Amino acid sequence: MYVYDEHDRQMAAERVAQFRDQTDRALSGELAEEEFLPLRLQNGLYIQRHAPMLRICIPYGMLRSAQLRRLAKVTRDYDKGYAHFTTRQNVQLNWPALENVPDILADLAEVEMHANQTSGNCIRNTTTDQFAGVQADEIADPRPYCELIRQWSTFHPEFAFLPRKFKVAVNASEHTDRAAIQVHDIGLQMVRNEAGELGFRVHVGGGLGRTPMVGPVIRDFLPEFDLLTYMEAVLRVYNRYGRRDNKFKARIKILVKALTPEGFAEKVEAEWEHIKDSPTRLTHEAVEHIRGFFTEPDYQSLDNATDLLAKQRFENREFDQWLSHNVDIHKKPGYAIASLTLKKTGIPPGDVTADQMETIADLADQYSFGEVRVTHQQNVVLADVRQDQLFDLWQAITPLGFATANLHTLNDIICCPGGDYCNLANAKSIPVAEAIQRRFDDMDYLYDLGDIDLNISGCMNACGHHHVGNIGVLGVDKKGDEFYQISLGGSSHHDAEIGKILGPSFAREQVPDVVSNIVDVYVEQRTAEENFLDTYRRIGIKPFKERVYA
Amino acid sequence: MPDVINTHGEIRQDQWQVIERPVEGEVLTLPDDQPVLIPADLWLAGDYAGNDRIGAWFDSHEEPEILAGRVNELPVIAVNFPKFVDGRGYSIARILRERLGYRGELRAIGDVLLDQLHYMKRCGFDAFTLRADKDSGKALQCLNVFSNSYQAATDNDLPLFRRRAS
Repeated sequence: MYVYDEHDRQMAAERVAQFRDQTDRALSGELAEEEFLPLRLQNGLYIQRHAPMLRICIPYGMLRSAQLRRLAKVTRDYDKGYAHFTTRQNVQLNWPALENVPDILADLAEVEMHANQTSGNCIRNTTTDQFAGVQADEIADPRPYCELIRQWSTFHPEFAFLPRKFKVAVNASEHTDRAAIQVHDIGLQMVRNEAGELGFRVHVGGGLGRTPMVGPVIRDFLPEFDLLTYMEAVLRVYNRYGRRDNKFKARIKILVKALTPEGFAEKVEAEWEHIKDSPTRLTHEAVEHIRGFFTEPDYQSLDNATDLLAKQRFENREFDQWLSHNVDIHKKPGYAIASLTLKKTGIPPGDVTADQMETIADLADQYSFGEVRVTHQQNVVLADVRQDQLFDLWQAITPLGFATANLHTLNDIICCPGGDYCNLANAKSIPVAEAIQRRFDDMDYLYDLGDIDLNISGCMNACGHHHVGNIGVLGVDKKGDEFYQISLGGSSHHDAEIGKILGPSFAREQVPDVVSNIVDVYVEQRTAEENFLDTYRRIGIKPFKERVYA
Repeated sequence: MPDVINTHGEIRQDQWQVIERPVEGEVLTLPDDQPVLIPADLWLAGDYAGNDRIGAWFDSHEEPEILAGRVNELPVIAVNFPKFVDGRGYSIARILRERLGYRGELRAIGDVLLDQLHYMKRCGFDAFTLRADKDSGKALQCLNVFSNSYQAATDNDLPLFRRRAS
């Protein structure tokens, strides 16, 4: 993991001092609310329905156990003893007091954490695959590039007041996309060209929200060292020409659409021509320096524990299920990737208490070299677990509720905080998630259904990624009442697609029935090899519509 | 007469007056007793080169590239921030400095507040006219709020990764 040097530490400290001064001036009235607004947002601070909300950055989802323990302490010292993992690999406190935020940020800075640019119209936290560095099929480890982007974008003087927020994601696997790069403002797919050189395929202008779009490719191959100059060109074109007259048309996707992807790409190339050989061009030494922080942990030379696991699976059916669903293959023999689910029915998806954070930190120290990863599906991952210790780990997490073997099933719901917490929400989302989880509580049935992404957002800002759920649920407001619109066929993976709206919306209590009906159609129509999305793509939306509105 | 602040936080007053774009059909009228900043396209269209009492200003939606090859005929160029959250002026400044090679005074005007001064300085502004209700005495602290930076900009063309490597 990246470790701060004196430069990082100095800038982090100066940032805290700056925000302390800004907060003082805001509290004294010297700084008007509208002047303080973008400053506090760029330090992660929203004013929410019940209290301020502080969004703390977890750069590309990576946490050390010491950082997790500090987060736990902060939630106890300044909040109500729990936090919420978000769909952008960040963590939110729901009840901090405004005047305490500078102290919270100072406490976080001690463990190399911050809330920089987690909100506001600037470049946000870069996200990536939670299996980065431990999966066999990646082109190269994406995390050094994420860190280079983090440094380049942090306090970038030209891009702190963009037309709208700007999100970047990097994916390195050839066969999967766990980072949903095609629905980001910039999505970077690592590739090698015919000469074997490393680079990126660049998508620009994807996004969810009010006008969901899959980002078109504007460059098939961007050489590795050109990453930052090219991004600077994209951002400059956006900063200059993105719409500022209408907040709902201000994202880069609207500009890309207006200019056409080809027209936008031409503008970027013309801008890039001026700066591509500037000192911002990466060097071999710079990349190697950062890559040096993402070396492999001290793996032991092991064989796969195939026989032991087979015996344990045979003796314990629940462990068998957990292994099938929540454990993934590691690039090193003898190791495995274990996902801890934060999706126990009755608990808001992504919520975690201070005690649980400390327990996860202990588990990370004991089983996974002291590192934890946060996923955009709001789960946490221990990425380097010895196969012969999986059973111990499973026994340890089962009583904690983290071993629910529902990963990727219909019950592994992505869900925003919704109307229970969020000012923007039209409708609650957490009770809808819970009602669906209660309806589908038979694990064998869930496993039989296979992988289904069900995503819930409480409003069209789409923090719950409903557009790219195989089944999407969107809260809408109808004359003051909460209703829910259902969409089908979305995907955030390599085959990214925006879901289609099924039809008129439903009252909250109808939603579990609607989901049941949809699932029934799939079960009746599927062939042996098909998952939900395959069946939907083959038969189209009509049979689902007919059943649901019969 | 508004205060003008330089990158060292020093405050002075000067006479430069910003002349608004005349409404359609009207001609540009300039006072003869003080130096003026006129819309950049009108400077280009007129015969003002060599007059060190006439500078130009850009609004945030305008294109600095129109002055390519001629920027250094101007004693002062100003960039207007219609609202402080309009970030286009930062790009305009960098293009004037880094692409067009402008060496004269680059002044931020309009909705210029304290907490943006540091970013403006990094993008090549070297003179700032704060909005009237803001305290010029706090400018120095805000200009120097960070003593280092990660990325290259007008003030330092070496990003931190190149300085670290050396």
